Amino acid sequence: MKLTVWTYEGPPHVGAMRVATAMKGLHYVLHAPQGDTYADLLFTMIERRDHRPPVTYTTFQARDLGADTAVLFKDACNDAVERFDPEAIIVGASCTAELIQDDPAGLAETMGLSIPVIPLELPSYQRKENFGADETFYQIVKHLARPQDRTARVTCNILGPTALGFRHRDDVEEMTGLLSDLGIDVNVVAPLGATPADIARLPAAHFNVLLSPETGETAARWLEKNYGQPYTKTMPIGVGATRDFIAEVGAITGLPCTPDESRLRMPWWSRSVDSTYLTGKCVFIFGDGTHVAAHARIARDEMGFEVVGIGCYNREMARPIRALAKEYGVAPLITDDYLEVEQAIETLSPEMILGTQMERHIGKRLGIPCAVISAPVHVQDYPARYSPQVGFEGANVIFDTLIHPLVMGLEEHLLTMFRDDFEFHDAAGPSHHGGQHQMADAGASGGSISGKMIEQVAASDNVIWLSDAERALKKIPFFVRGKARRNTETFAVERGLHEISLDTLYEAKAHYAR
Amino acid sequence: MNAPLPPANGGCRSAPVLKERGQREVFCGLTGIIWLHRKMQDAFFLVVGSRTCAHLLQSAAGVMIFAEPRFGTAILEESDLAGLADAHEELDREVARLLARRPDIRQLFLVGSCPSEVIKIDLARAAERLSQVHAPHVRVLNYSGSGIETTFTQGEDACLASMVPVLKDTTARELLVVGALPDVVEDQMLDLLADMGVGPVRLLPARRIDDTTAVGPNTVFALTQPFLGDTHAALERRGARHIAAPFPFGDEGTTAWLRAIATEFGVNEETFEAVTAAPRARARKAIAQAADALRGKSVFFFPDSQLEIPLARFLTRECGMTAVEVGSPYIHDALHGPDLDLLPAGPQISEGQDVDKQLARARAARPDLTVCGLGLANPLEAEGLSTKWAIELVFTPVHFYEQAGDLAGLFSRPLRRKSALRLEAAE
Repeated sequence: MKLTVWTYEGPPHVGAMRVATAMKGLHYVLHAPQGDTYADLLFTMIERRDHRPPVTYTTFQARDLGADTAVLFKDACNDAVERFDPEAIIVGASCTAELIQDDPAGLAETMGLSIPVIPLELPSYQRKENFGADETFYQIVKHLARPQDRTARVTCNILGPTALGFRHRDDVEEMTGLLSDLGIDVNVVAPLGATPADIARLPAAHFNVLLSPETGETAARWLEKNYGQPYTKTMPIGVGATRDFIAEVGAITGLPCTPDESRLRMPWWSRSVDSTYLTGKCVFIFGDGTHVAAHARIARDEMGFEVVGIGCYNREMARPIRALAKEYGVAPLITDDYLEVEQAIETLSPEMILGTQMERHIGKRLGIPCAVISAPVHVQDYPARYSPQVGFEGANVIFDTLIHPLVMGLEEHLLTMFRDDFEFHDAAGPSHHGGQHQMADAGASGGSISGKMIEQVAASDNVIWLSDAERALKKIPFFVRGKARRNTETFAVERGLHEISLDTLYEAKAHYAR
Repeated sequence: MNAPLPPANGGCRSAPVLKERGQREVFCGLTGIIWLHRKMQDAFFLVVGSRTCAHLLQSAAGVMIFAEPRFGTAILEESDLAGLADAHEELDREVARLLARRPDIRQLFLVGSCPSEVIKIDLARAAERLSQVHAPHVRVLNYSGSGIETTFTQGEDACLASMVPVLKDTTARELLVVGALPDVVEDQMLDLLADMGVGPVRLLPARRIDDTTAVGPNTVFALTQPFLGDTHAALERRGARHIAAPFPFGDEGTTAWLRAIATEFGVNEETFEAVTAAPRARARKAIAQAADALRGKSVFFFPDSQLEIPLARFLTRECGMTAVEVGSPYIHDALHGPDLDLLPAGPQISEGQDVDKQLARARAARPDLTVCGLGLANPLEAEGLSTKWAIELVFTPVHFYEQAGDLAGLFSRPLRRKSALRLEAAE
């Protein structure tokens, strides 16, 4: 038993959902109790997907446990096949269903369905989300891939991108373009956008590009072993890594790989003088192993930062991250305990964090800027604009991502000059983040508004807040309180009132109600 | 001022109910922890469960409360499943560590989950044992928020019901108001009751453990939330009597709710009128502003929080909407009856869910507004239906007069947005 406050990864069946949701023509029948449907909102809300994930939940309840939950599973399975008409289904259990041992795999096999049924064994009490995605994709590939001739032209598959992946949508596009520049066609991208029929065609490619080791490596290894397809080991995130990746592709294919670097701006942006201020900034890097390793190199070699700590939450990547930490001369932090990460950051007190959604919150609390470089992420990390991480455009995007939380170079120099100015001090935050500092303050203090602020307002507008109204105002959430205060005062001034009572507050509220 | 008139064509209390079961697109009862831990400021909620439970709480809470929360999950691991004797020792150890780190915690709730129920970890026994160890500083209670037993808001019900047996005895004639409300709303309610001379008023849940909530044969209680069926039964077992009323949403619901209490406490008409006239007028004005966008529009409720029936009553009677279907996870006549009486006949009343069948009905009806969970909202928007996410109705202050306009606004915003956006490609 381990006490957990926040988690970096969901349970393994959520990993399976990421694969199922990424694909087309595949359906997931999940033996699970009421409530496990919460996972749908990860896709529909956080990633803003416009379709429900292709998942049918059996939704068993306590009263079913004495009876026959296996029948529930079979009914759900039949209904799903009939309603959604998939090319193949994957079947499995969530953590609770694992305990009641109904054996969804065995049940589905006896049903005589006319489509492939792929059983999943995902140990919920040992493993986590990334394992679930990796294992699910591997099982799908193992069950569906068919022997066939290689394509005449040199082609590759892109393996690993899933639903709810960090920038996978754009990484696929960028990678496809990069490969096209090198004269290589893409045979299949999987799981993202692939149908079961596409999976069957995987062996036609000459090699595989492993775009997301966390979710695609087992499948890539299996294809290498069984179909003789080599796969790329370099993750092309950053300028140097992208060049290395191109060289690796050249070695695999024997093609003369000369990349088009005309759109690569990152090296000049980093050399230009405004970037001087980046030199030696201490950064702490935490996330999934793949992105952390890539960003350690970017931080040191391409941004000129000083890396003061690195770590990852997925134990599968512990070994390479430990080796990397040794190379960088820092202590590795391999943990999925959020409080431990917070502690490490507090101790190291870096000038910037490159992390996940979780570290963004740690940074907010500690007053340290943070750029998000890895899953887990939240809705704001699914941008509408094109923003890949891989390839040369990815390097441009990452440069912008890493400097955005910071104060610009010129600005930093001015700040030093006018350090004591009451408005223009470094605690005011970067000038391109309007009002951020004040919000952070209100949040940190539990949202209370200081008496001083109220007095200032009162003095300027000649309106006095009576104590009961002021108390009620304090109870309004901090992020709308400012507006409520302004509206109420405007309302009072317009009516020639000199005092704001509780009634005035609510009269104003009703007046402005929409 | 008379009691609200039932609709001319009859209400929905005796309407046939479509009962369905199948896939349910709802949260489990653990979700209630998200608002309960903010309401009870000296309480900690320890879920005994799996990684899924922790992930649910985190996903449902989103980023709204990313302070160090007063809840956590003791995640069961392979070793806990192997031998149950260990599970209790492990729990004792985790609780001791937690309480040592958080001396401000006075009440600890051990919250059962699907896995802990299935492997039958006896949390009642654990709570008793831990209470003895940590008394008198910390009181340890337990309830189940598992998905196999509870749907979304039933988690709050199970939590409050677990507190009823340990409430102090009293023979005093008191009003007990039951249901977690945001403090600002609770204060408004207390002011209204105080102005009418109703008292003493006690609250369940109280903000802190030392508060003076007690119960006994002379207690009368009013519910502010329509999902408190088990708490209702537990209070009746302690001898308290329920004041049945429509729920305090909108001008009409709030007035009816207050009037039921006023009648019970013998408040005269002049006093009632004097206390409620101004806020009622404000509520009406605020509702009218928001209701412009709602009048004549149709609404379809997917089952979510059990707030559906009272909200349908509010939208149809005060905002001029027509209800197509009103789905609720569960319907209790003792709780929902007064609202069903007032809900004009016509809509399909449904209980439980088979989500794909219900989606087919919604698509056929093409309502102007669909109230549904977060998992369904974007997919339905993509099909051209306007939606209101139901969870916001639980997280936002919506009760009583001063919030009536906000409540209407929650429903009108998606419609106003739809008409405000000009994003279609040129012809």
